[in-house]
Amino acid sequence: MSAAAIRVDLQLIADMVEPKTRALDVGCGDGSLLAYLMSFKRVDARGMELSQAGVNACVASGLSVIQGDADADLRDYPDDAFDYVILSQTLQATREPREVLRQMLRVGKRAIVSFPNFAHWQVRLRLVFGGRMPETLSLPYKWYDTPNIHLCSIDDFRALCRDMGVHVERAIVLNSKSRPIHMPPLLANLFGEQAVFMLRRD
Amino acid sequence: MDRCHQAVLGRQRPLRLDCGVELGPYRMAYQTYGRLNADKSNAILICHALTGDQFVVERHPVTGKPGWWDSLVGPGKVIDPTRYFIICANVLGGCMGSTGPTALEPATGQPWNLRFPVVTVGDMVRAQAALLDHLGIPDLFCVIGGSMGGMQVLEWTASYPKRVFSAVPIACAARHSAQNIAFHEVGRQAIMADPEWKGGDYRLHGTMPARGLAVARMTAHITYLSERALQRKFGRSLQNRDALGFGFDADFQVESYLRHQGSTFVDRFDANSYLYITRAMDYFDLAAAHDGVLAKAFTGTPTRFCLMSFTSDWLFPTRESREIVHALNAAAANVSFVEIESDKGHDAFLLDEPEMFRTLQGFLQGAALVRGLGDVS
Repeated sequence: MSAAAIRVDLQLIADMVEPKTRALDVGCGDGSLLAYLMSFKRVDARGMELSQAGVNACVASGLSVIQGDADADLRDYPDDAFDYVILSQTLQATREPREVLRQMLRVGKRAIVSFPNFAHWQVRLRLVFGGRMPETLSLPYKWYDTPNIHLCSIDDFRALCRDMGVHVERAIVLNSKSRPIHMPPLLANLFGEQAVFMLRRD
Repeated sequence: MDRCHQAVLGRQRPLRLDCGVELGPYRMAYQTYGRLNADKSNAILICHALTGDQFVVERHPVTGKPGWWDSLVGPGKVIDPTRYFIICANVLGGCMGSTGPTALEPATGQPWNLRFPVVTVGDMVRAQAALLDHLGIPDLFCVIGGSMGGMQVLEWTASYPKRVFSAVPIACAARHSAQNIAFHEVGRQAIMADPEWKGGDYRLHGTMPARGLAVARMTAHITYLSERALQRKFGRSLQNRDALGFGFDADFQVESYLRHQGSTFVDRFDANSYLYITRAMDYFDLAAAHDGVLAKAFTGTPTRFCLMSFTSDWLFPTRESREIVHALNAAAANVSFVEIESDKGHDAFLLDEPEMFRTLQGFLQGAALVRGLGDVS
């Protein structure tokens, strides 16, 4: 399976994963990250995906994927089953983000999480001046049919990690052109459109 | 049957059956397709369902119909004999050449009939493993099967994890449900209620419990279909008549269809074998042998799994496959699971289901790459 170019945030996640490790991608979508990890990093990569059509396509292309959702199905896995449990652009769509994070860090030695930053300046502007629920590239849904039920800002996420006693090993903030930006936290929370965090238990 | 290979096994070491009886020697009838490669790494074992047999591809010697997995197995197809060495054996207890109730009991020279020991899915798999030893095959690239075949696949992965590189259990469960046992019991009672059954000694009496066996098949056949498939195929259409007959002839097409299914089945299947094999399925409970914890059956498994179920299968519904997936996850196994949209019921696994073919093709291709069998696309 070819896996040449993948989404920038997925590439950043892939770069965080050590070769020849075990990884579970929760909400793996079309499996492009899985395919990349398998081909280029020899990772024993597995996936979980909510959409049956997505699962079927992944399995038909030779990937190990089951149908399942982060809220319910992470509980099945034993402690430390994986080196990494990955959740890209899915945390905001979970019912219990805190519990999902806890399960990820139980099942995996490390958790890698990427999410859209609800404190991005464009989001703030649209809500403040437009008076409407913001729609951006990272948040492309109408308020009434969005899967995102637990949106947060980068600062919110850091606060949750502190609260849970979770250690942030790395944090990368991306601007609206998906380029990493290096700014003090206050500005990063304003200018970051998405963030990628690598976490481990303390 | 002369086209079929037969191995006589258990001469030195009889097969120790779950019921405690030692069976040996015993016969395993099997077919093979393709060639075993030099490093013996390309063998695929196909496990057949309740009334299936070893004739996967070629015309059936009794019915003359095409092989039961003709659509999936063959040159250029998903399971390709030009790449893989494919084996399918008639199960222990069967009636197509493997030792079963129709075979002769060595002590008496008479057919075993009901004196044949009760066999389990575990026994069937141990007999298959002995056959592989006989064929000099250390381990399998893949074990694949649907329904009872899927149960055998699961048993293989639990009993011989190191001999199974990849496994595809389709439309099956880790244990036979109470509802399924109930349907089987109806079938068995129909056979045993037939006066021609003669306590299982019908051959000695020159009789045949054809009606009982046909009723058993009719009942079972309903469980293989879905309501929608029956409705679409037959609805309430009448058979060769314009009005209701106000009697008990086959007024409806669906009745006529079931009668046909029942009567043709009798020509190719043995009633006692039907009793034994349904019993084997009823007894199947993979968790029971592992303190009731299914995940323990798969602890440390190196096998790559791909499970498939069908949306309209009510005999082995998706939730039963999902239970296996949960257990495999709990064992941190490498597992894929696909539920396939189909209105054809349990029988879907035997039919032309493009999504099943695609999934299997992709899974085998991925597994073959890891196994070092090269690109099989």
